[in-house]
Amino acid sequence: MNLPSKIIEDFPVLRQTVDGKRLVYLDSANTSQKPQCVIDAMTNYYETINANVHRGSYRLAVQATDALEGARAKVAQFINAGSAAEVVFTKNATEAMNLLARTWGHANLGESDVVVLSEMEHHANIVPWHMLAAEKGFELRWIPVGPEGRLQLDSLDRLLDGATLLSVTAMSNVLGTINPIPELADAAHRHGALISVDASQYVPHVATDVQAMGADFLVFTGHKLLGPTGIGVLWGRPELLEAMPPFLGGGEMILNVTKEGFTTADVPWKFEAGTPMVAEAVGLAAAVDYLNVLGMDEIRAHETKLTAYAMRCLKSRYADTITIHGPSEPAERGGVLSFEFGDVHPHDVAQVLDEAGICVRAGHHCAKPLMRVLGVPASSRASLYLYNNESDVDALADALERADEIFSL
Amino acid sequence: MPGLEDLYREIILDHYRSPRNRGELVVPPAARAEGFNPLCGDEIVVYIDVDDEGTIRDIAIGGQGCSISQSSASMMSAAVKGHTVEEARQLISAFKSMMSIHENDLDDVDDHEDHTEIETVELGDLDALRGVVKFPVRIKCATLSWNTLIQALDEVAATS
Ligand SMILES: Cc1ncc(COP(=O)(O)O)c(C=O)c1O
Repeated sequence: MNLPSKIIEDFPVLRQTVDGKRLVYLDSANTSQKPQCVIDAMTNYYETINANVHRGSYRLAVQATDALEGARAKVAQFINAGSAAEVVFTKNATEAMNLLARTWGHANLGESDVVVLSEMEHHANIVPWHMLAAEKGFELRWIPVGPEGRLQLDSLDRLLDGATLLSVTAMSNVLGTINPIPELADAAHRHGALISVDASQYVPHVATDVQAMGADFLVFTGHKLLGPTGIGVLWGRPELLEAMPPFLGGGEMILNVTKEGFTTADVPWKFEAGTPMVAEAVGLAAAVDYLNVLGMDEIRAHETKLTAYAMRCLKSRYADTITIHGPSEPAERGGVLSFEFGDVHPHDVAQVLDEAGICVRAGHHCAKPLMRVLGVPASSRASLYLYNNESDVDALADALERADEIFSL
Repeated sequence: MPGLEDLYREIILDHYRSPRNRGELVVPPAARAEGFNPLCGDEIVVYIDVDDEGTIRDIAIGGQGCSISQSSASMMSAAVKGHTVEEARQLISAFKSMMSIHENDLDDVDDHEDHTEIETVELGDLDALRGVVKFPVRIKCATLSWNTLIQALDEVAATS
């Protein structure tokens, strides 16, 4: 089954023009556009329900609490979590990873410990560990990135020897590489380590089952999966969340407070101090509904086909000029196409494309250690989502001709 | 809407393709400063060799970046080489004020009469970068080497 071709009409931003040209949005790895139903769900929440949660006895407050907790249950089901209590809402994936480092990491990591990352991590899965390592003195090790942007796993056993945590991305935001999480989880567990998965680029594009993955923790961010900004998720195995100390202190996260101290609320509220992002949770739930109606498998099939088309099209038109990073086999990757275009600097590529109404990202994509491995200071990145089609790819390929023109010698 | 021809003037592309004063100088006697644009990953290294009379005897530019940051650095090096530190500082402030034209004035940027206070300093080739102000995200690219030169000059001032 294919995705309906009229999908683009559900996305108000994509219906606009730039200088009379159709807007071509190829930056969904950065943030996705929002369908009308997500915008409507949030507006409707503010127009008909809005009240603070977990603390009112009147009906509106009960409805608001139901909206928040209903969204949690929906998200839990979306990633096949065992229960809604395993889903902690955070501000974004970055905060989720910091929460994990600051609570689980703070309680469990010391001088003799080792945290294993990969060279393709986003800064969100690097800096929190650097910060904690500076305080706790544990060692960081790195799984190298090899040919075609794949993790080199021949040294995995050595790297995991004595490790406490493996924290790794499920899909690279630069290379598109899909990493073998079940295999990595098995290896981590064999060595007595836990595995946390940065699924920020994965959950929006591939049906996700945290249990089948064998993950212990998993984080993602709402705005990349058609949801609003301001909401992210930390999922954790219940016994792990249970044992973790709280994160921020304040209202909502307590059971009791006295002059002498406090006791914490149950999981997941223990990690959600202060008034939570209720409207954002409602928006995220609407996004999950939208994705479920289309079907994650159909979305993945559409994107794989489009990725294959894009790689073919760009390589055949610019054989001598373009280098696309990451796996050459579309089935092994997501629709994230980072490329070098001859000697033209990515910032200039993005500028020329902008003139044609095409949105791509240029820069280091918050993955500076990876850029160093790739041997480039920056790259241009076109990233695809369910609302993109072949005409967007054609527009990209056409507009690159102008870059060739301006910057050729 | 400004077009790409406002940004990518021929003289800019020329400096980008054939950058002047590329390389390194021995430190010391030269001073060295590094500048970064975290947004796009551009890095600029500026070396300057200032003699006892306060003349910039030599300048070299290292690092990498987009056409705007690279051409701006190249033009800057050509413009300050052989000039005094004081002249260089005047040029820096003239260039930076060209780059900080308020957005409300953007429609007038081709109207040179508007900028009398910077007319006293000869911008020469650098005038080609005037179009960058129409592309606000690129202003940081154009000013990166200049801010790095300020650091290098401050370094010289602190050690002499
Ligand atoms: C792989 C990966 N991890 C983490 C993040 C951080 O997401 P956020 O900025 O929403 O916290 C991103 C996106 O920027 C990402 O691509």
